[in-house]
Amino acid sequence: MEGPALKTTPLDHLDALEAESIYILREVAAEFCRPALLYSIGKDSSVLLRLVQKAFYPAKPPLPLLHIDTTYKFTEMISFRDRLSRELGMKLIVHTNQEAINDGANPFKLGTTQCCALLKTKALLDALKENGIDAAIGGARRDEEKSRSKERVFSVRNSMGQWQPENQRPELWSLYNLRVKHGQSMRVFPLSNWTELDVWEYIQRENIPVVPLYFAAERNMLVRGDSLIPFEHAIDLLPGERPQKVMCRMRSLGCTYCTGAIRSTACTVEEIIEELKLFRRSERENRVIDHDQESSMELKKLEGYF
Amino acid sequence: MADERKRLLRFLAAGSVDDGKSTLIGRLLYDSGGVYEDQLASVQQASEKKGRSLDFSLITDGLKAEREQSITIDVAYRYFATQRRKFIVADVPGHAHYTRNMVTGASTADVAVILIDVRKGVLEQTRRHTYIAWLLGIRRIIVAVNKMDIVGFAQSGFTKVCDDYRHLTAALDQLETHFIPLCALTGENVASRSDRMPWYEGPSLLDAIETISVEGTQAFTGFRFVVQSVIHPHQDYRGYAGRVVAGMAKRNMEVIAIPSQQRTRISHLSLYTQELDQVQASQSVVLTTDEHLALGRGDMLASPDNLPVATKHVTANLIWMARTPLRLHAPYLVKHATQSLSGTVSRLLHKIDIGTFENIPSETLLVNEIGLVQLETHKLMLCDRYSQNRTTGSFILIDPDDNDTVAAGLIVETTLQPSDCEAAQVDKVVTRHQGLTVWLTGLSGAGKSTIAQGVCTELLVRGMRVQVLDADALRKDLNRDLGFSKEDRDENIRRIGFVADLLTRQGVIVLVAAISPYRAARESVRQKIGDFIEVHVNAPLPICEERDPKGLYKKARAGMIPNFTGIDAPYEEPLAPDILLNTHRQTLKSSVNAVLEMILSRMEQS
Ligand SMILES: Nc1nc2c(ncn2[C@@H]2O[C@H](COP(=O)(O)OP(=O)(O)O)[C@@H](O)[C@H]2O)c(=O)[nH]1
Repeated sequence: MEGPALKTTPLDHLDALEAESIYILREVAAEFCRPALLYSIGKDSSVLLRLVQKAFYPAKPPLPLLHIDTTYKFTEMISFRDRLSRELGMKLIVHTNQEAINDGANPFKLGTTQCCALLKTKALLDALKENGIDAAIGGARRDEEKSRSKERVFSVRNSMGQWQPENQRPELWSLYNLRVKHGQSMRVFPLSNWTELDVWEYIQRENIPVVPLYFAAERNMLVRGDSLIPFEHAIDLLPGERPQKVMCRMRSLGCTYCTGAIRSTACTVEEIIEELKLFRRSERENRVIDHDQESSMELKKLEGYF
Repeated sequence: MADERKRLLRFLAAGSVDDGKSTLIGRLLYDSGGVYEDQLASVQQASEKKGRSLDFSLITDGLKAEREQSITIDVAYRYFATQRRKFIVADVPGHAHYTRNMVTGASTADVAVILIDVRKGVLEQTRRHTYIAWLLGIRRIIVAVNKMDIVGFAQSGFTKVCDDYRHLTAALDQLETHFIPLCALTGENVASRSDRMPWYEGPSLLDAIETISVEGTQAFTGFRFVVQSVIHPHQDYRGYAGRVVAGMAKRNMEVIAIPSQQRTRISHLSLYTQELDQVQASQSVVLTTDEHLALGRGDMLASPDNLPVATKHVTANLIWMARTPLRLHAPYLVKHATQSLSGTVSRLLHKIDIGTFENIPSETLLVNEIGLVQLETHKLMLCDRYSQNRTTGSFILIDPDDNDTVAAGLIVETTLQPSDCEAAQVDKVVTRHQGLTVWLTGLSGAGKSTIAQGVCTELLVRGMRVQVLDADALRKDLNRDLGFSKEDRDENIRRIGFVADLLTRQGVIVLVAAISPYRAARESVRQKIGDFIEVHVNAPLPICEERDPKGLYKKARAGMIPNFTGIDAPYEEPLAPDILLNTHRQTLKSSVNAVLEMILSRMEQS
């Protein structure tokens, strides 16, 4: 009825996801005083960073990057981080729970649960407080883990940073309620609706640089049962154990101790996408932290971890 | 790469407790390869603990409390993809207690899959789910008739459910329904066609959601761009960052900034380093214009031939979500697109009994209740009806004390109130002009309201004083005591005529949209007012019935509205209207222009 209507084809799934994420990022920037991007150096963070650039272009993104450094990250990750923040001209805040490190915190001594609580959760909460950050944007996706499937895009946290799953605000249409009371803070997940495959397809389409650890190479690894553990940060050897060269890659990045690798020959983004389409194992499987207890991620979220 | 372009389909999955929803979704994920081996292993482990063979429902029950109580208490989102589409499933709880979660899931869904247990048939829950899905704008529903194995895969049970369901939805207009008999447990007709039910010739569920159309579920409202922020990195650049929420735009297209009413053209459309020739609904972009505009967060850009309504008064369906009941006249925060306003609910017209779809009087709304209200805002809300656009037609209410989201609102009517006209014209010199009544008569669905709104915005842009009197809206207000008998219809027209007369004498251009089927009643209003243009908005009955924008014909045919004009009540055409518009043959724009020209020429004559 509007004369010769202009024909449009519907957006493809990556365009649709991108548009939604950009909308969310701009809402954060418009309504919060001190938002920050939690930058973990992984592939999801890399996608998020590109989306932030897109959302405000040609202006510079109006928020800093925040990295919670446990000091057990891969050296390749740290150099990648520093180069990128320099190139983009974005402010980078690095925070470490130095006290715990000085006390010798590590997963072997404390167990993964306690180690994460100190080096990640506590460090994050302290960093948010010290820097007065009222909205922390993270790259978590709902498809990663089952308790995340009920997470909101805008997740209100109490003064302890804790998630209250039974008390979440309904989130309708794209109308986000961004109001928080004094003491509360907001976690924001613009990639909520993305899957691991979407992330890689977007990295491919946009030519986004990622840490080389994601690509298969001969690496010095310890083979323990089904797990491949990177031989870094002076890990203690078991009796008779010796590092060996294994063709492998990281599927997700965390601390060296807790990030297992997978055997793979995928050396390019294209090959990773092909591999993923055939792959029948979940991405966090080789992360030691989710498996401590059946609901361990949910428990971590209740405590204030992402 | 062409075949790699996948579309996104968001669908809602709803069912009563124990109908097998979790199993069905678990099954869909599993059969489409969306469940990883290690997840499966942990499900296997948990299944064994419960002493069952592989329990697919465990794949989807996310939270600890749910796994313990075996119920689903919150919306969960699931993801899977096939060669053709990527799916986002809003998996919503079945129980009445969680209606608000169901609403949340439905608000973003294109399609609903509603589960029915073939033995239990259509339940109270089915009604509720169907109604809410429909209310939230979902126009395509797939009914998954589950547990066919229990009835020996016999057709009769399936047919009965289909018949009952069709009966249930007879009053819901424009709803397209599909029925699939299946067995979630064993996967019959889930991912592929089953040979256990040779009498069924339709697609499997996966086939159906892969191919179901998602287009054209929203009535066209023209171009709408909501501004999120202004990007102003240096002196020479001023871009508007925002999202296209309806229609499309090209470079050089003329646009109007709302509420400032400034006209300009789009000079650039871009995203990051990419220049775009055209943009379409749901894209997030940055837009620059030829002229510098007074335009900021919360404002809108629209196409000149189709503007949103700027109003402080809307009639809306409100879905109450908070434990504290609705308080009339209390302050709430209103979030609408990127606008943040404050407002109050001034009236609760009725609440809706979801069991019977009937309207019942009520003092307030409690959690999970739905009612029709009037909302007043302190500033202009730039909106459309929800039936025209989900984004510009929806809002949420926030409690200013504890910041909770207390309600979801769906705009039903956007009729301008006199005070809105003043507000819309604050920046304008309002020209003094004579009053005039333009009376649009015609069948329901002929186009009266749409044309009246179109003319209204054109007049507002010209700084004129204008008021729409829409008979449908007035029947909820001034004329809410009237029915559809000949006497009541005459009284309806007499009252509208009375108001139109008062306004006309105050120098207002009054646009009346009323079926007004009786010649004599129209004639007596014309006599009384004098400054009068009669417009016959004409379209043949079958076409009006097909358009059925308010679903009234469907209800009338179902016997729910007696004495409906055109069906079982007469319509007396004007013998010599001042303007005849054949809306089945001309465009909306040309109809609006014809009325506008006659109004302007009358103004000149005086
Ligand atoms: N082609 C065409 N369609 C129109 C015209 N006017 C209205 N329509 C469409 O006809 C349908 C019915 O319009 P509506 O205003 O709700 O009808 P009312 O019941 O008479 O007020 C809507 O979908 C309009 O967009 C017109 O002049 N030409």
